[in-house]
Amino acid sequence: MIISDLFQETFSAIMINKARSGLTILGIVIGIGSVIAMVSIGEGAKGSIESSIQSIGSNLVLVMPGFQRGAGASPVSSGRGSATTLTKDDADAIEQEIILAKAVAPEVSRRYQVTTKGKNTNTQVVGTVAVYPEVRNVQIDLGSFITSQNVSSLSKVAVIGPSTRDDLFGTSTNPIGETIRINRVDFKVIGVTQSKGGSGFSNQDDVIYVPLSTAQRFLAGDNYVTTISVEAIDQNSMASLQEQISNLLLQRHNISNASLADFQIMNQQDIVATASTVTNTFTILLASIAGISLIVGGIGIMNMMLTTVTERTREIGLRKAVGAKKKDISVQFLTEAVMLTFFGGLLGIILGWFLAFLVKQFAGIATSVSLSSIVLAFSVSAVIGIVFGYYPAQRAASLNPIEALRYE
Amino acid sequence: MIECKNITKIYKSGTVETFALNDVSLKINDGEFVAIMGPSGSGKSTLMHILGALDNPTSGKYFLDGNDVSTLSDEELADIRMNKIGFVFQSYNLLPRTTVLRNVVLPLMYAGVPREEREKQARVSLQNAGLDEEHFNHLSNQLSGGQMQRVAIARALVNNPSLILADEPTGNLDTKTGEIVLSTFQTLNEKKHSTIVIITHEPYVAEHTDRIIYIRDGAIIKDEKNTKKIILNHI
Repeated sequence: MIISDLFQETFSAIMINKARSGLTILGIVIGIGSVIAMVSIGEGAKGSIESSIQSIGSNLVLVMPGFQRGAGASPVSSGRGSATTLTKDDADAIEQEIILAKAVAPEVSRRYQVTTKGKNTNTQVVGTVAVYPEVRNVQIDLGSFITSQNVSSLSKVAVIGPSTRDDLFGTSTNPIGETIRINRVDFKVIGVTQSKGGSGFSNQDDVIYVPLSTAQRFLAGDNYVTTISVEAIDQNSMASLQEQISNLLLQRHNISNASLADFQIMNQQDIVATASTVTNTFTILLASIAGISLIVGGIGIMNMMLTTVTERTREIGLRKAVGAKKKDISVQFLTEAVMLTFFGGLLGIILGWFLAFLVKQFAGIATSVSLSSIVLAFSVSAVIGIVFGYYPAQRAASLNPIEALRYE
Repeated sequence: MIECKNITKIYKSGTVETFALNDVSLKINDGEFVAIMGPSGSGKSTLMHILGALDNPTSGKYFLDGNDVSTLSDEELADIRMNKIGFVFQSYNLLPRTTVLRNVVLPLMYAGVPREEREKQARVSLQNAGLDEEHFNHLSNQLSGGQMQRVAIARALVNNPSLILADEPTGNLDTKTGEIVLSTFQTLNEKKHSTIVIITHEPYVAEHTDRIIYIRDGAIIKDEKNTKKIILNHI
């Protein structure tokens, strides 16, 4: 039997019972469609989380204060990041003594109520230094960023994020030269940062940058910093950079046991890896739920094929009487099952794509239909056709032609 | 040429053995038009299955064109059916909702004959079976009973078989249409010298053939030339 004949026979057999074939295919369509859509949601979430982590800078190592412990060996802990142990001197030491550190940006950040004429908001105020934009990947839209001069002279100047600008001055206004009041201290606006997109862990567009020294003196009232961002010279040196910072700070803080360190160091890649683990788990969860519907669809195919074999017993008998061999019959019915799932897979991919598009359009969730998920869905549908079509095909092939011809 | 030597077929149901055929020997020459007659349960269907290479005898030999067919495997029997046998069934057994031409090319499809060649052969054999050309592209279920049986005959003819086996070919037809089918067989036998064996329980049908083999309880009780052959006007 020639391949083209096989396809013609199969196709016409499917078309004879359009409604039933269509309904059976629907199970596969929904299965494949939901797998594609679910995986695309997972992939999209992964992509947007990763890009938002990348947007805070590249090759970044973050140094933060550790646990605050009571005096002596008190076991009471106030939680990570609560201690005030890091100072600008630590940051300077890192910059001077570690070659792998390309740039170091200490910062002190806290939320304050901020007012202008008639408007006010509560936002994150970050006291930092001139290299901050380079380290944390901040772009300036209007005006300029804080200069070293501003830091050393304790200037009361502020650079605001676009969302803060919108809240305090109105959308798309130019606030350069205006005055804002943070914690009852007046600051002059000298710049507006570019929008980074308001997604991720914290909205990086709703922020006010002021000189570190000014923030310490007039807002915080102490000399501590909340985070030191260190940019490594390249991606490969991040691990050794992290180790060197750790050693330096242990030494500076007179701590001999590394497990009692009063600071913690986070590597950007660790954050990405952690986030990826979460989104991968999430993707697998979604895909498995969708996979169940695919199996149900496969059982539907098997059910239909068994019905078909019973219904077409006489036809099978006739085919055998005119010379069809077992192999011819089993291949024909197997092809029928595979063709059903193949069509189902094809329509399912279109449906999945469409669903992913709808989710993106109306739910605002990022989705990404990857080629690999399409290839996977396609092969899964073909495998389902073979697996669930095999038994009915064998049953058809093993029919005795005499019995089959007599079958009423 | 068909030759059966001492064919016995036993069906076993538990411990009970039923002799469907008991020591049957017969010989049919090329170009003969034969009826095998007998009441139901006489073993004529079993004989047809063996003659048609659908089944093996329990014992005895069956030679088709000089080759021993009685000991072949299922797959080898399928080859014999494909190349040497044409079947016509009581209930036509056409593929539903499929065109006449595609029904007729079916045996050639399994034989691996190229598409154009088999369509040509199918047209020839449909003409030989007496079906008008206008019906060639009709769906099988749009035809009348007589037309369907002619399609079935064309399908049986299409691979130029050594033997055409017809199992109660007029059983589902009224007398008039039945005669059309019988005259088709007569024409084929006369003009194409096809070897035709009709299995029937109706004496009237058997009387259209040249030779009648009577079978009862699994054995041949009479095998004689039909002297009262009814010759139909070719339609």
